[in-house]
Order: sequence, then structure tokens, then C-alpha cells
Amino acid sequence: MKEVAIQVSHVSKLFKLPTNKQHTLKGRLVSLGRSGKQKFIIQEALKDVDFEIYKGEFFGIVGKNGGGKSTLLKMIAGIYKPTRGTITVNGTLTPFIELGVGFNPELTGRENVYLNCALLGFNRKQTAKMYDQIVHFAELEKFMDQKLKNYSSGMQVRLAFSIAIRAKTDILILDEVLAVGDAAFQKKCLEVFRDLKRAGRTIVLVTHDMVNVERFCDRALVLNKGNQLFTGSPREAAKIYASLNVDTKEKQEAAPASDSKKVRSGTNQVTVVSAQLSDGKNKTNIFDMGGRIELHLALERHLNYKELPVQIGLSIRNEDGLSVLGPNNKEAAKTHKADKINYAIENVSLKPGKYTITIVVYDADGIDRLDYLEEWVEFTVRSDEEVVGLYKPQDKWEVVES
Amino acid sequence: MGLIQTAFSKKNRALLSELVKTDFKLRYQGSMVGYLWSLLRPLFMFMILYVVFTTVFPLGKGIPHYPVYLFTGMVIWNFFTEMTQQGLGSIVARGDLIRKIKIPRWMIVFSTSIGALINLGLNLIVLGVFMAADNIVPMSSIVWVPLILLEVYMFGLGVSYFLAAAFVKFRDLQFIWELFVQAGFYLTPILYPLTQIKNELYQKLIFMNPLAQAIQDARYSIVSHHESTITIHRVFEGGWYSLIPIGISIAVFVLGLLYFRAKAPEFAENL
Repeated sequence: MKEVAIQVSHVSKLFKLPTNKQHTLKGRLVSLGRSGKQKFIIQEALKDVDFEIYKGEFFGIVGKNGGGKSTLLKMIAGIYKPTRGTITVNGTLTPFIELGVGFNPELTGRENVYLNCALLGFNRKQTAKMYDQIVHFAELEKFMDQKLKNYSSGMQVRLAFSIAIRAKTDILILDEVLAVGDAAFQKKCLEVFRDLKRAGRTIVLVTHDMVNVERFCDRALVLNKGNQLFTGSPREAAKIYASLNVDTKEKQEAAPASDSKKVRSGTNQVTVVSAQLSDGKNKTNIFDMGGRIELHLALERHLNYKELPVQIGLSIRNEDGLSVLGPNNKEAAKTHKADKINYAIENVSLKPGKYTITIVVYDADGIDRLDYLEEWVEFTVRSDEEVVGLYKPQDKWEVVES
Repeated sequence: MGLIQTAFSKKNRALLSELVKTDFKLRYQGSMVGYLWSLLRPLFMFMILYVVFTTVFPLGKGIPHYPVYLFTGMVIWNFFTEMTQQGLGSIVARGDLIRKIKIPRWMIVFSTSIGALINLGLNLIVLGVFMAADNIVPMSSIVWVPLILLEVYMFGLGVSYFLAAAFVKFRDLQFIWELFVQAGFYLTPILYPLTQIKNELYQKLIFMNPLAQAIQDARYSIVSHHESTITIHRVFEGGWYSLIPIGISIAVFVLGLLYFRAKAPEFAENL
């Protein structure tokens, strides 16, 4: 018999939303005189949700925005009270549901560490002991005496995450941690997850990212519009989640990911003006294993370089930042006038997951970088198949009997 | 007893001290003399009032040790108003914490009261200096001062808890309370001696205010036993009525806490 860490039994949550919220006494008096009663819209954020999380389990909660994930989390953390039903928690719980709560921009990094650790239940002595580790993990040694308002958002998140994982509580709640931070930091987070999982901690992970749910979670819960759609294997949960997204997926633009933080550099004689993915027919950045991926590059040639031959180098990296493919067009001679270059992968054999494409435009000798677009395009490969390793080759087993 | 032990567990004490420190750091953020302002402000105010009420309107005439007399009243009054005004906004100001972390809500209001207590301590030191400068020899009645301050603290804390919880829903409260405090400043015998009010009924009514009672008791204990430090005990000639303000303080403390406790689970949703 497995021990239950969190028992959620038949929980519903109703929010009374006043149609016109009267925050002032006068407003109340006026509306009192007018109708006698304030009007409310009753919103049912969660409907009869019922499940349990076992000790040592890595449990995922997934669902689209507005699905009720945060409400559920707040109730587990004791911030909201359920309207109906009960939640029982065995063991101590991280009191946060979000990273960096309680961070104050006017305080220095150091002061914020102490304040945040106090919120987590550590006293000054205990915090002082962990302080170096926290700072080291966040890679912020040089910045601790600066005010938090001078930190970049990435730095703040690193610091917050670094503190949050020190929590000595039995149950750790993590909401959308992986949505922030750069690739290197995300990789670090994943390592921490692996360690936590190995250490047998009970973890509740709330995320949109099905790859991580499948990678880490033992079980997952799918919420949609307050309804509990499914509780069980992460693989199944991911499928159900994907089916929820069918409508929205079609609309997704296959444009270069519009993140302004991306690194771009080069000598700029020839530059990439657009990089788009398609499956050969439609723009998309979600591909099925066995399908086709096409990358369409449009180039712009600057005044004196109208006839410069170029080489294109691509680096397709997986989520751990490992380059899994590095195709390169060697026939530079033909490209001296080209303004469009396409690249295609047939019969995609990359394992399911998220990938990025780094695009480099070289001169004909492959020495000068004319344009460099780091992790510019993102795409996802999906499949129901389990793939161990990096990709699935066209292979077969043969059994020979003598 | 068990309740108080959990409330002030090691963990909670650490959090409380961080909250108080943060409040202090933030309040004097970027100012040159920093904490000194919490002393300078009442001192300047005192100087203005002292000059006005000894020269322009000589209310303080005939009151022994009028500077100390006046300052005693101001210190207690400021303690109460600072505590309640900081307390009122405390829950709303920390809305971010309340919506996202489960920390004991009472602690947020309580931490602002600790800030007020620290300022009170500083002001009491100044009061001591004033006494020495004015050659006041401490009387044995001074031992009552801690109890008087405890009463004011309980009263102020009760009011703070009530205001903090009510302010979540009624945002007018801030302005209403400001008016209340301003009116209270004149309804409480801080500038003028109670002996100026000849109507005995009015005197008794004024004494129903725990702050009036506390300030007069404190003056009686510290400054002199002159008629200007008339206490509630004297006005009611020792009857049980003289215990009413203390009863009010205790009632406000208990009711404020109960109201806060009833409203606390809804803070996260209403903020």
C-alpha cells in the first residue's frame, strides 16, 4: 500500500465575481440603494476534482491556461480554501507556488536571499550556511550586493530557483519553472529535477511542456476548463493534452521564435531575413516522426555583395543543447546569386522532443561568419513511439536459428 | 499556551524578524539620515507645538514640566497612530505574498506593530533625555509605565487587525481613518490639560477613550502629581467606571483579532 502525500477529494472551487466590483464604501452604498443586492457571476474554476499523490511521486498537472491549474495549486498550498471537498496534505509543503514570490526590487540580492529563505522557513543561521551554494548555483557571485531591480529577469529567476530547491519540505511544488531562463539554465533545472526524483522527493510539477511531463512524471493529471479529464500515465496525459490543442495548433505560426533575447551576430554582407519551417505543404513547427521537415531561408544581399557565394551551416540541437545534426551545404559555388535556400529532412527520425536550429551563413571558404542566428527556430517532434537514444534509425532485428 | 508556542516557533520568529527588517529598510530607502527620521519627525513636531503652545496660545502655562508633559502625550499618541496606519495598509501592501505564499497572515500585521514598538523605544529614550534635562526625579509611580504602554499596544493592535482586514474590501477606510486620527488628536488631551475642560461630564466622556486615559496615567506616573495630570481614577473617584477604557482596550484587542481571523481565509481571493 502506497502512502498518500496529498489527498484531494471531490474538490470544487467557486469564485463569486461581482459584475462591477465595488471597492469603496460609497460604491457599496450606491449599489445597495439601487438594486438591494450586488450581482455576481459565479465562476466554477474547478469541478469535483478527485485524485491522490503518493509519497515519492513526481506528479504532473497539465492543462491549458484557465484550466484551473493555478487554482488547484493554491488550494493544495493552502492559499485558497475549497468551496466543496477536502484536501489533506501529509507532510510539509513548500509554501510558494511561484518562483521569486516576495522578492523585493529595492533590496539587494543578498537581502532577498535572506528574506526568501525566511519565507521558506529557514532562520538566519541556516540561510548563512546555504548562502554560498545558493549564489553559486545561480551563478550570481558578482551581483549579490546589487539591488534586485538591476538584475535581468533571467538572473532573478536563477536566484529564485536556486533558493526554492533548498526547501527541506517533504513536498515540493513547482509551477512553470521551465518556461523561463535560457537553454543552459533550463538544462540545469532538469538536472535538479533528476536529482530530486532520485532522492525520492514528492514533487508536483505544473507545466505546459509535455516532453518534461513524459520525461519526469510518474503520473499526470489533465485539467481542462476546471474538469479533471484524466489522471494516469504521462504518455496518455500528453496525448489527451495534445488533442486539446488541436484547434490552437493549426493557428500557430511557423515563424522564427520571436524571442528577442536570441543571439545574432556576423559581418552582415549576406543576412537571413526569414527562416520558416513547413512540412512541405503547410507552415508548422510541430512534426510527426516519419514526416518531413523543410526549412526555408530567405537571404538578403547587401549592396556590394550581390554575387557572393555562401555556405549555410545548420546545427539542430536537442533540449540538452546537444547538437544532433549538423548539415552543411558544401556547393557554395552555385549560391552566388541565390536569395532563397531550402533544406529538407525526409522521414524524420529524431526522437520526440523539442529542438532548435542554429543557422550560420559563411563565406565560400567557410571561414567568415556573415550571419549567425543562434537557436533561432524551434520545433517539436512528436510520436507515440518510445525512442531510446537520440534518434530512430531505419533498423531491424534478425533472429537466426542454426 | 500551546497556541502561543506555535505562533512564535523558531521558524515564525525568523520570518517575523525578516519582515520587520525589510519594512525598516524600505521605509528609509535612499534617505540620507535613514532611521534618524523616526526620531527627527516627532522632535520637530514637538518643537513646533511647544513654541506655539507656550508663546502664541499659552495652554501650557502653569503646567509643571510642560515640555515633558507634552512630549509624553505625543509619544503615546504617535505610537498608536503609527501602528494603526501602518497596520491598516499592511495586508493590502503585501498582497503579492498573500496571493502566492501560505504564511500566517496575522504575522504581517504583527510585524508592522513591532516596527512601531521599536520607534516607541527610541522615543522613550528621548523622553528620558528630556526628563533629565528638565530635572525630573523619577517617582515610584514610574513602574506603571510598562503596563500603560501594554494597554496602548493591545488597543492599537486590535484596531490594526480590524483595519487591516476591513481595508481589503473597503478601500475608503484609509481616508476615513486619517480623518479619525486627526479628529482624535484634538479629542485627546495631548496639547491641552484636561483641567481646561470645566464640564465634568465632558471630562468623563473624554476619558472613555483609552488613549486619553493612558496618556493621563502616563503623565501622572512620569511627570508630576500636579492637577494637570488628573487621572481617570480621580475623575470617577475610584469607581469601577474608571476601568471602562481598559475594558475597551481588551475588547477591541479580542474583537479585532477575531474579525481578522474570520476574514483571513478570504484575503487571497479578495485582494
